[in-house]
Amino acid sequence: MLTDDRVQESDGKLFKLLYLDPLLLVGLLAVSGLGLMMLYSAGQRNLDLVLGQGMRLGLGFAIMLTLAQLPPRYFRFWSPWIYLAGILLLLAVMVAGDISKGAQRWLNLGVVRFQPSEIMKLAVPMMMAWFFADKPLPPRWWHLVGGALVTAIPFILIAEQPDLGTALVVGCAGAFALFLAGLSWWFLLGLAGALGAVIPLFWTYVMHDYQRQRVLTFLNPESDPLGAGYHIIQSKIAIGSGGVYGKGWLNGTQSHLDFLPEGSTDFIFAAFSEEFGLVGACLLLVLYFFIIARGLYMASRASDTYARLLAGSLILIFFLYAFVNSGMVSGLLPVVGLPLPLFSYGGTSLVTLMAGFGMVMSIYTHRRTPTR
Amino acid sequence: MKAWRPFTQPATAELLVRQKDNTAESELFFRRALFALFAVFLGLLAVAGRLVYLQVLNHERFTLLADGNRIRLQPLPPTRGFIFDRNGVLLADNLASYHLELTREQAKDLDATLAELRRRIELTDADIERFRKLARRAPPYTGVPLRFRLTDEEIARLAIDLYRLPGVEIKADLTRRYPLGALGVHVIGYVGRIDETEMSKLDPGQYSGSTHIGKTGVERSYEDVLRGRTGWREVETNADGRPLRVLSRTPPTPGQNVYLSIDIRLQAVAEKVLEGHNGAIVALDPRNGEILALASQPVYDPNPFVNGIDFASYRALNTSKNKPLLNRALRGIYPPGSTIKPLMALAGLEYGVVSRHSGVFCPGFYRLPGSSHRFRDWKRGGHGSVGMDRAIAQSCDVYFYDLAVKVGIDRLHEFLDQFSMGRQTGVDLPGEKGALLPSQEWKRRVQKQPWFSGDTVSFGIGQGFFLTTPLQLAHATAVISQRGENFKPRVLYATEHPGTRVKTVEAPRPLPPVTVKNPRFWDAVITGMIHVVEGGTAHKIGAGAKYRIAGKTGTAQVFTLGQGERYNAKHLAKHLLDHALFVAFAPAEDPRIAVAVIAEHGGGGSATAAPLARKVMDAWLLSKYDDSATGIQPVQDGQPRGE
Repeated sequence: MLTDDRVQESDGKLFKLLYLDPLLLVGLLAVSGLGLMMLYSAGQRNLDLVLGQGMRLGLGFAIMLTLAQLPPRYFRFWSPWIYLAGILLLLAVMVAGDISKGAQRWLNLGVVRFQPSEIMKLAVPMMMAWFFADKPLPPRWWHLVGGALVTAIPFILIAEQPDLGTALVVGCAGAFALFLAGLSWWFLLGLAGALGAVIPLFWTYVMHDYQRQRVLTFLNPESDPLGAGYHIIQSKIAIGSGGVYGKGWLNGTQSHLDFLPEGSTDFIFAAFSEEFGLVGACLLLVLYFFIIARGLYMASRASDTYARLLAGSLILIFFLYAFVNSGMVSGLLPVVGLPLPLFSYGGTSLVTLMAGFGMVMSIYTHRRTPTR
Repeated sequence: MKAWRPFTQPATAELLVRQKDNTAESELFFRRALFALFAVFLGLLAVAGRLVYLQVLNHERFTLLADGNRIRLQPLPPTRGFIFDRNGVLLADNLASYHLELTREQAKDLDATLAELRRRIELTDADIERFRKLARRAPPYTGVPLRFRLTDEEIARLAIDLYRLPGVEIKADLTRRYPLGALGVHVIGYVGRIDETEMSKLDPGQYSGSTHIGKTGVERSYEDVLRGRTGWREVETNADGRPLRVLSRTPPTPGQNVYLSIDIRLQAVAEKVLEGHNGAIVALDPRNGEILALASQPVYDPNPFVNGIDFASYRALNTSKNKPLLNRALRGIYPPGSTIKPLMALAGLEYGVVSRHSGVFCPGFYRLPGSSHRFRDWKRGGHGSVGMDRAIAQSCDVYFYDLAVKVGIDRLHEFLDQFSMGRQTGVDLPGEKGALLPSQEWKRRVQKQPWFSGDTVSFGIGQGFFLTTPLQLAHATAVISQRGENFKPRVLYATEHPGTRVKTVEAPRPLPPVTVKNPRFWDAVITGMIHVVEGGTAHKIGAGAKYRIAGKTGTAQVFTLGQGERYNAKHLAKHLLDHALFVAFAPAEDPRIAVAVIAEHGGGGSATAAPLARKVMDAWLLSKYDDSATGIQPVQDGQPRGE
């Protein structure tokens, strides 16, 4: 499955010139292509929608290509500055951000509005990798404190906005980096045990009734079919009615008749599963697995600690998106607003993800050979 | 991999010695990455397992839910049948009109939508209140009417902005219309919006698409015939409930057209001649029970009732002392007065207490044996010696006091009951009253008193406890005219399939005939009735008649005179005046029409009621319709099946 260098060298003069990994690129293109096809159906055959998403994908791939040309040392050099700039922008949002849908996430720069929290999805893994790059691994516990701070500061700033989805991504990015840096299993086990002990106490003494209600709705969406449970009920109906082979492209009733909310954005996986069935959905999951496996392999072949940690964290963030979204849509996980990567309609996270893949490509293609 | 010891300070030496070892770190990373990949695999496997659970194990359940989401049954209400008179004159039809419907499920914000609509068209508070009342019991995905009879301008104004008002629809519908207005309203009745009590009793399937139901009259009694059957269509809808395409369709069956036995021209004559009185005229064909005219004055226009009459107008109608909403022909209750005398005479003959030629002496009053109370005759000084014929013709009270006492209340009750006196005739119109044919048993039960002989005396001239409806009088008169042959009165002449226009003519509905021991008893009574018109109390209407009339006048007391008092119409308030009654049939030899007339507080039957009956009989037998009726032309198949 994972090719070795000889194969790449024998057939890849062009890819070597472009600093791209053909296998990862194929995986990314395959998912994006399926996504565009699905978007045509889920978007009620609106070609403008598909073209717009195609433009965004083009932009994403261009950014990936550009970043792939830069050697990883540039990323390392800029890591602390980007991180610092991101933190400052987050503070700026707090003071002067635009409010939309009850959350203060956007910074209006006159020409464009953008979310500084999006930058942190890249900046946190970069900073974590930078922080651990010159430390001997596995890390000492006082190093952990530093790493925890690097993650916690943006996490709290974003969670305050509030944007729990992005905060989750940023927090997990830090956790992935720590894990990949070799954080002791004992520590991880202890952490898991502590969490397990705290949750019942938290439930009883800290959470408000409405918060408990929200959790209960997640556990049993049918209890609130017109409110919070509506999305997930309709999504499960879409997936379940798809069956093994699906209703066929453009034939999904749940998505085409508007029963499925957010059918082309956060819930596009349900629309896809409705039209292509278990077979199609599993194919998509296999594609995601392929991208992640290839990415992790590429990370493990990197020449230094910074590059390894950064590439590994970025790939696991990609997994986080895919897992949380598909889990949410199928009712396995609570509703958290994360898009299905490369698939859902929408631009911001797409650009961030492709920039991440650009760095992964660069790390793999600029490694010193032979590494070992 | 080293164990992590957070609380033991590492030796400084070790700290200094420890260097970065790229190979070791690379291997550490590789192990971690491999573990991460395993976790990724498990995570995605969990999702795949979830998909199997949803798409394989629960596939059928979710398929049903998905279909339930998108497929809805929509009722297709049938078109209501038309109503015609016996000659095909249109009495009720459906007019295309447009109304505004609002579906709550689709209108995201109801109040905002209503406010938006208010800016565009006129919406009264009453409209909105009615809407909210109707909306409370309708499912949220069904349209609820908000405004009726939109004008063209309003439709145009709404149509432009309709796309911005989700859930708002302009619906074409058919509104019931009564082109002749008030004419015949007490027969035809009207439809109105289904109210909550009706809703709870109706078949929800059949009425789910319907908004109206027959409230009174033929509209109510033949609701099932006129209504038709609701059809259905299966439509695919989107999440907003908006229908996108029709999957299957069961068309509605339109209601049947109904032809009434009423001749609307005769009805017009009857209503016209009765104008100015509160009262009723019932004319029927004695040979089959068909009601030819059923007039009750005053009348009212049924059209405002169709989509809900406003409160003020309704209160005005309801509280008017003339009670226009009361159908006096069926629900007005009056003492029959002297109009009962032919039946009394028949009972006397039947039970052998009198013969055709036996007579009594009338001194102007009647006294029960051993009593000093005088039951007065209407004629001061009396009629002298009277036989049956003159007793009927001159309406001698004393003769019938004596007769009634001789027959006795039990036998009179039994005999009169055969003519449906004091009980429902079973006419095919709603709300008919039974009135009251008193009996000993009744008086004991209701009045908690024994029956006195004096009760029988007043009963003999149709007074006392005895109460009848105009319809009962007309019916009894018809039975006399047919010498006992008895038909249930009815207004339905025929039904017609709206598509094929095939008519099914209604057969007469016979009732048990009245038989007497000797058929010649009928002749005695009928002759007496002929003499009422020819030289009797109603001799004025007999003058110049081109056919022979048999009739009987009646004057029903509204209040009882004290002993020794004299009745003087000039000194009595209108509401204390006697009711004027007249029953008749004609031609006497071959009766084709039987009529009962009651004019409340009209004074004497001969002066007030009899001329009205004559005009109705003239119209029917001689086709003498006055001007008010000539405007009504048959719009249907033309030829009046007149007599």
